[in-house]
Parts: sequence; C-alpha cells; structure tokens
Amino acid sequence: MKKIMLGNLAIARGAYEAGVTVSTAYPGTPSTEITEAIADYKDIYVEWSPNEKVALEVAIGSSIAGARSICCMKHVGVNVAADPLFTIAYTGVNAGLVLVVADDPGMHSSQNEQDSRYYAMANSIPMLEPADSQEAKDMTKLAFEISEKYDTPVMLRTTTRVSHSQTYVEECDRVDVAIKPYKKDITKYAMMPAMAKKRHLVVEDRIKQIAIDSNKLEINRTIIKSTKLGIICSGVSSQYVEEAMPDASILKLGMVFPIPLDLIFEFASKVDELIIAEELEPIFEREIKAAGIKCKGKEIFSIQGELSVAIIKNKLLGVPIPVADNTLPVRPPVLCAGCPHRGVFYILNKLKLMVTADIGCYTLGAIAPLNAVDTVICMGASIGMAHGVDKALGCEASSRTVAVIGDSTFVHSGITGVINAVYNKGSSTIIILDNSTTGMTGQQHNPSTGKTIRDQVTHQLDIEAMCIACGVKSVSVIDAYDMKLIESTLKCELAKDEVSVIIARRPCILLTKDARVPYAIDQDKCVRCKACMKVGCPSISKALNGKIVLNPAQCNGCGVCVQMCKFDSIKLVGGAK
Amino acid sequence: MTNILIVGVGGQGTLLASRVLGNYAINRGLDCKLSEVHGMSQRGGSVVTHVRIGEKIYSPIINEGDADIIIGFEKLEALRWRHYLKKDGIIVVNDQEIMPMPVIVGAMAYPVGVFDQIRSEGMNLLVINATDIAKNCGNIKVANTVMIGALAKNIGFKREDIIEAVTNTVPCKLLQVNLLAIDKGYSAK
Ligand SMILES: Cc1ncc(C[n+]2csc(CCOP(=O)(O)OP(=O)(O)O)c2C)c(N)n1
Repeated sequence: MKKIMLGNLAIARGAYEAGVTVSTAYPGTPSTEITEAIADYKDIYVEWSPNEKVALEVAIGSSIAGARSICCMKHVGVNVAADPLFTIAYTGVNAGLVLVVADDPGMHSSQNEQDSRYYAMANSIPMLEPADSQEAKDMTKLAFEISEKYDTPVMLRTTTRVSHSQTYVEECDRVDVAIKPYKKDITKYAMMPAMAKKRHLVVEDRIKQIAIDSNKLEINRTIIKSTKLGIICSGVSSQYVEEAMPDASILKLGMVFPIPLDLIFEFASKVDELIIAEELEPIFEREIKAAGIKCKGKEIFSIQGELSVAIIKNKLLGVPIPVADNTLPVRPPVLCAGCPHRGVFYILNKLKLMVTADIGCYTLGAIAPLNAVDTVICMGASIGMAHGVDKALGCEASSRTVAVIGDSTFVHSGITGVINAVYNKGSSTIIILDNSTTGMTGQQHNPSTGKTIRDQVTHQLDIEAMCIACGVKSVSVIDAYDMKLIESTLKCELAKDEVSVIIARRPCILLTKDARVPYAIDQDKCVRCKACMKVGCPSISKALNGKIVLNPAQCNGCGVCVQMCKFDSIKLVGGAK
Repeated sequence: MTNILIVGVGGQGTLLASRVLGNYAINRGLDCKLSEVHGMSQRGGSVVTHVRIGEKIYSPIINEGDADIIIGFEKLEALRWRHYLKKDGIIVVNDQEIMPMPVIVGAMAYPVGVFDQIRSEGMNLLVINATDIAKNCGNIKVANTVMIGALAKNIGFKREDIIEAVTNTVPCKLLQVNLLAIDKGYSAK
C-alpha cells in the first residue's frame, strides 16, 4: 500500500523489511524518529544506548554474531563513534551492518554542519544517499545487500530535508533473514598489527571493486536532455535540480562514495558544460577535478547552508529571490514556560559566573534575558572545560566557574570528565540539570530515567552514587525550582577547594505540565517593576496598555516568577489545567 | 500545483494541518510532499511547514515568491514569511499575537499595523479569529481545524473533499467538533 511517510520512518520501514534483528542509537536531530519508529516493529530488538560509540559497538557485535543490524545517529554522533568505525572498516561484517547518519546542512538543530561523506572517504566504506522517502526505504534495504556482498559496513546518509519530509512510499513485506553462523577468525575480527596490515589491503581492494561496480548501479542514474548543460548531484539537491533546470541533463548519484568515475566521464563527454550541485563540502567536485574532468561547483554554490530550487535558479539563470523582511523581531527558540532550567540560569547570571555549558535544552540559557552561558562545544565538553579553566587560572577563577550539563549528556560523555577532575585534583563545581529525560530531542529515555525505549522499567542509574563513586566528596541534590536554595548551594560549593556536584532535579515540564496549576498576576498589587520578566518566561509579557500579564494558557505553574516578585502579586488561579 | 505554507510558533501544533492535507492528496490521487523541521525550533521558535500538492512534485520545499497561500497561526509569523507569497496569492491569518523573546525583554517592539502592512503591499489578506470561533465550537483546541477550513475554501478545495480528509485523519470521538470547526472555517469571510 502507498502511504505518505516521513523520510526517517521510511528508513525504519526499510530496516524492518530488510529483516533487521538489532537496532541501536543515541538520539539526535534529525535522526531521532528512525529509532523511535523502529521501536514500533516488535520483530526488532531496539535500544537507546548511552552514546553513539556504544550504540555502534553493540551493532558491530550483533552483526559479527550474525544478525542484520542498524545503528542511527546525527552527523556529530559519528565523531563519537569514529573510533570503532575506523576499525570495522577493516574487519568487515558478518551479517549486514548499516550506519545511518543524518546531516544537518543549514544547522536547523546542530552546533556545526560537518559533511559525513568525509567519514565514508576516510574509512573507505561505501555510502548511499536517498532523495526522498521511497528511496530512503529502498536504499536502506540495498545497503544491507551491499554490506553482505562486499563484507563491509555501509553508511546511509540523509539530510534534514529528506529525514523530515513526507513523501509517498510503497510498503512491502518483511523478509526473514536467518542468523548467519559465526566462525571464530582472529585474522578478520581481532585487529592487531599483524592482522590489521593484511586487512588494510582487503579494504583497499574492496573499495576499488565497489568503485568499478558502482558504474553499473541503478541508483546512479543519468538523464540526458539538453547537451548544453549537465549537472551532477545527489540526495535532496537532485530534487531541486530537476525542478529548477528541467532542460538540463542530470547525473544523480545514489552512491555518494565511491563515485562512479566511468559514468561521470561518459556524462561529461555528452555535455558542453558540467556543474556540480552539492550541499556543504566540494567532495564530488574535488574528486571529479582530480580525475581531470573540467567542472564548476563551489565557485557557484556556497559551502554553507542548504541549496534550494530558488538558489539554483538564481545562480544559474539569474532569477532573483524575494528577500525576507529582516527588520522584524526574531523568534528564537526559548526554554518552555515552567522549564526547570530557568531558575538555575537566572542565578548563574546573577552571580556573574563563567559557565561552561553543554548541549541540550539548557543551551538556550545563553540567550537574553538569561545570558548565562559562556561556552558550548560538544556533548560532555562542559566538565572537561571547567577543569581546564581551573588548571589554567587556579582556584580563585575556579570559584567563579561552573560546568552545566543535562542528565542525558552526563551519561553520554560527562562521567569521564568528572573522573578526570577528581583524579587530577581539580576544584570544579558541576551542576547536573536532571530533568529525567533527554529533552532537546523530544523526551527520550536514558539510563538515568529507569525506563527503556519501549517504556519497560529497568535499573535506574543513580547519578548521586555515580558521582560519589567517581570520588566526588560533595554531592548535593536540590529542587531546581527553589532559587534561594540554588544560590546558597552554589555559593557554598564554589568556595570549596575540591570537585563538587550539584544535582538540580525536577522533571521536564513537558512530562508534567498537565498536572500543574497556572499562576496569574494580581493587577491591583503589581507595580510593573518587571522583575518577573527577568527570568525570560514566554508566558509573561507587557501588554500594550503597559500592564504586565501572565498568560494562564501558557503558564505551567513552576513558581519561578513568584520568587522574583517582591510585591506578592503573582497568585495561583483555580485548579489544575 | 498548489503550494501551501503554514507558519506559526513552535508548539502551536501545525502537525494536524499537514496530516489532513496529506490525506486530501491521497484521496485525490495526487502527488504530495510535506516538509517540516522538527527539533530545536519546536521550543517556541518560528516554525514553517511546506505542503505541495500536484501531478508531480520534486522539491519538498516551496520557493520564496511561490506560495499560493500562506496560513499564519500567528500575526508576526505571517508577516515574517510573507515574501514567500506568490503574486495574487492569499494570506489567511489567525488574529493572535504571541510575543517573541526580543519583545518580552524589551529589546524590540511587536510590530503595529501588521494587517495594514500586508494589505499595503497589495497582498490579499483574510483575517480570522480562529480562537473565538473554536471556543464557539465548544473546544478551543480546534482553532487549527478552523484554519484548515479557511485554507481549503481559499485554495479552492471542495467542501466535501476537505471533510473527507478530516474524517480520515481525526479520531472518532473528536470528529464532530472538528467537522463543525472545518465548516465554520470554510464559511469564514
Ligand atoms: C554527539 C551528539 N549526539 C547527539 C546530539 C543531539 N543532542 C543534542 S542535546 C541532546 C540531549 C540533551 O539531553 P539532556 O542532556 O538530558 O538535556 P535536556 O535537553 O533534557 O535539557 C542530544 C541528544 C548532539 N548534539 N551531539
């Protein structure tokens, strides 16, 4: 049956139809829905792993054990998983192993716009890239065939526009793939110098063979129209090209590494001018130029951001693009009304501390009026960086520095930072914002929530005990809504000449808001001092008549603004929503 | 080819609209692509959904200057995205203001005269008080459905076709109030 399906759901469907047995992931936009959708297929074992490295290692284990396995992550996740990735390129697989990576050109929800095709090149492993949901499903299945045929892991690359667009998909049945027998073979699976030297030769021969065979792959498709202009493209860019340039000849690459050089030579010989339309890095362009073929790419299109039909028409045909009105107030994302991170950031800003922050909803504490964040680099960096500040500038600076990290990020890659700070006699103060969920990516469970991806109860990682086991002597647990307590605890812990951890705990408001009672402002008591607005809650604003209003439809009753008011003018209204 | 741009504030729930429109396309046997960014912008940021319905669709994204209709769930967002409107296209806006953070912190003012501005640029504008209409239907949550009704009317979808699509999308127990909302939206002037 034909259905309109999200690209990510189509990948999940592809995994199901391909007979996948094991699926692992750590969430990350725009990849998260793949694994959430796989969780609906009861034939597949599925898990949230604590980070991408573990996720990939689990999938490697199950592949070598003989089960088709898929592992999904966002582009920066591959940095975390890169260590095992570079070596399974050598060992190859037993049953098929597919690593799905979702890139984010234009950075809709990311801290950088790295191009994952470099990872395929660096590892000499093949990479496929779909252009819509149907291709996303088909290529997921094809990736398993290629993986088993050539004994290699295969990467499937999507971008935000493919992952988060819905297009038609024809569903098929699942094929049941038997578990492949495992045979002990340390020359293949135990990588040490003697074995790895031989396997590296295998890798290079393998990728040469795939490069030759790629010339005959159906997913590398040539459409010859006008001979004046030929365009080489892949993924969603090929949709843009087909729409923008209906007369141009097109070579659409479904396998983006290795690229089919014979096919490209042939295509180039048929057209007068050759243009490469690729988002992000000039990867095709460099390879094609290196092969001695004349073409243009990044001299026309930017390395930054996404392509679009409008950009292609503008650059190639001179069609102007209507411009946005940038005199309007912007609307950046904000911490939700009732978010337990808000009060902590207000205090951090009030105390004028240096805050090495991390990645999660709390990154939004960087924005006005909270203005509380100094640095955001990558998941887990907050704790290492605070220790770096401590070692660079000493105790005095350390008493003005705080690392801030969420529960999911702490488990992902914060724990080793704590071990390091204690081991190396640091004095960092670390705040763990424990909102009992992986908030930013849409409320996924993690080891500290005590539930699995399928909501089964499991062992709940005890964050306090974890920190104590790392050697932290001062671990305090406080209510994230209690601003006085946050301030006094912080001052006390900052003064200590040892590593201390403050766990500020309250569940994410999106998990609990239905049970909470909203507040309202008593206009008779309000003196319009705007103190309540300093916490940057989206439910409080100044009306045209000058009154400060609290929208009860938006308010989730956290009471942080109540603690800001010196005139007792913010009151509970009625019962629960 | 019909290009529909739905704009609003993250968390306002534009998801229903895209599902209904998807079902409309399936029922008509038309090609359809829908695109919306999940993730960070859903935390109260400016959000946009692209819906394209026609014989054959390539890009899932609508070009600037190419939308037949813009559905604005919030006034400032309608104003922000208006450069996407085609000449002779129409903007349908819910008469609702949600303050963005730069306004809340007093760094900028919420624009005054949003509707006059849109009209003065020669664009067709229809203002709907979807929130009040929804209240009259008996459930404030169907404001989005009211907007879908107005959208259907102004893009030239038949009343019975959009009713069919809503029936395919909405769970049974909420169907009646949603159909009422569609009807009110469809008749709104
Ligand atoms: C290596 C890596 N993997 C995944 C992501 C996507 N990501 C961004 S924040 C986040 C989790 C945040 O959860 P938590 O630390 O609990 O903070 P919260 O959002 O709940 O406040 C994830 C998974 C990323 N940025 N980098």
